[in-house]
Amino acid sequence: MAKILMKGNEAIGEGAVRAGCRYFFGYPITPQSELPHYLAKRMPEVGGTYLQSESETAAANMVFGAAGAGARVMTSSSGPGISLMQEGISYIAGAELPCVIVNMIRGGPGLGNIAPAQSDYFQAVKGGGHGDYRLICLAPASVQEIIDLMQDAFDLADKYRNPVMLLADGVLGQMMEPVELGEEKEITVPDRPWAATGRKKGGPKRLINSLYIVPEECEKHNLKLGEKYAIIAREEQRWEEYRLDDAKMVVVAFGTCARICKAAVDSARAEGMAVGLIRPITVWPFPNDVFAGVKETANNFLVVEMNMGQMIEDVRLAVSDARPVHFYGRVGGMLPVARDVLNEIRKLYDGGAAK
Amino acid sequence: MFQGILIAGFGGQGVLSMGQLLAYAGMKENKHVAWIPSYGPEMRGGTANCGVTISDQPISSPVVSEPTVLIAMNRPSLEKFEPAVVPGGLILVNSSLINIKTKRTDVRTVYVPANDLAEELGNGKVANNIILGVLLELTGVVSTDSVLEALKDVLPPKRHNLIPINRDALEKGRELAINER
Repeated sequence: MAKILMKGNEAIGEGAVRAGCRYFFGYPITPQSELPHYLAKRMPEVGGTYLQSESETAAANMVFGAAGAGARVMTSSSGPGISLMQEGISYIAGAELPCVIVNMIRGGPGLGNIAPAQSDYFQAVKGGGHGDYRLICLAPASVQEIIDLMQDAFDLADKYRNPVMLLADGVLGQMMEPVELGEEKEITVPDRPWAATGRKKGGPKRLINSLYIVPEECEKHNLKLGEKYAIIAREEQRWEEYRLDDAKMVVVAFGTCARICKAAVDSARAEGMAVGLIRPITVWPFPNDVFAGVKETANNFLVVEMNMGQMIEDVRLAVSDARPVHFYGRVGGMLPVARDVLNEIRKLYDGGAAK
Repeated sequence: MFQGILIAGFGGQGVLSMGQLLAYAGMKENKHVAWIPSYGPEMRGGTANCGVTISDQPISSPVVSEPTVLIAMNRPSLEKFEPAVVPGGLILVNSSLINIKTKRTDVRTVYVPANDLAEELGNGKVANNIILGVLLELTGVVSTDSVLEALKDVLPPKRHNLIPINRDALEKGRELAINER
């Protein structure tokens, strides 16, 4: 099939439609506005519903309602809007409903700016909303990968009855790259016996709720959620390995940052340094498994992020601090440059090897 | 082969579509391509720019912070981005609208009266493709045939009647560049 050029934001929209998503609720915010723009046109073409809500708070709760009624549903926003959605996201996680939430991260905190950033990592993978819950977080690094991951995002949401977040940034949303859309498949959305669709004639009562007023029951609910998260953490780790086999130093980066680091790894290899890259594709569950072997063979790690150092905490946990884990980051909407990452590698490579 | 091309000008000068033409053409030649616009709080009549990367290697960052080629369609764009061009790079200046010269001595600069030449062809709006023709001839980054193919993708079907004049514009730019050589 012929390739076409597509913006990342549009690719999310098309990928969602092809994955069977038929409901979108959202409120515009740069740098993701092309996504609602795309779906405003596309949803009616497939008999779906596009609705611009009055606020992000409303959008998250519309998603809550639609998911409770058994719909394949998505919302999207960026930084400040995602913060507004957190109450609803916590309720959705508590009520165990499937949905997809897109965060095209921009510079923060506060109003920040509209340039690309990865500073919402903590918010996405460590909570964001209140209570003890987890989001499955997917972090694509190209427009093609966005297309490929959208189907998985909805399927994972359904498989675990859990909200899934697609975590990207302004660069991935705004850039155009060639993509292959593939054949449009007939999507059969899985049966949802739990959905509140009306009792009809004497059907069982179905209640979508996250209220457990009796502490004993709430504890039971939390333990049940915990078991589910443990299964996800075990079964759903995804990552890409790049030139890792004999690597004495390992760069760890996700999303846009990982693309830049790949170029730095290539330059380092050209200079004779055995450097590799781990690119987490799921940032929750964090791909701990790949680090189990690598932490024995690598002398040190360099985490590169577009924030002040957030994923580095998970990397340190993954290598149990058995090896030094260093950090290089650009913040406030600035992108790292491959040459600067290479300089960091040069600085750290010999020091690490000597240990 | 690697070209990081920064195209900048006023909104309405076809800056973004010129970049898309290049990206589509590169894709048709099975090269790695990426296109990214400046985005955000832009205003009507303000500046617009986009970066196009065309390479035979996978593209690490699509953001063109160190262009090998700068196409400046208006004066503010030239003044803003001239310092960023890599030494040995190329600056194409739309001299119809820019009455200053570049200050750089370590890059090649070609002055193209794109709007005047476009008016001669009968449509001022094809100024962008005149300057694109110059780029194609001087860098060979993609072939003219690929750009002509790409026009069908970038122009909506109801505007395909404009393909011939755009072809003429590309050709005019190429002729000018040949004389520059």
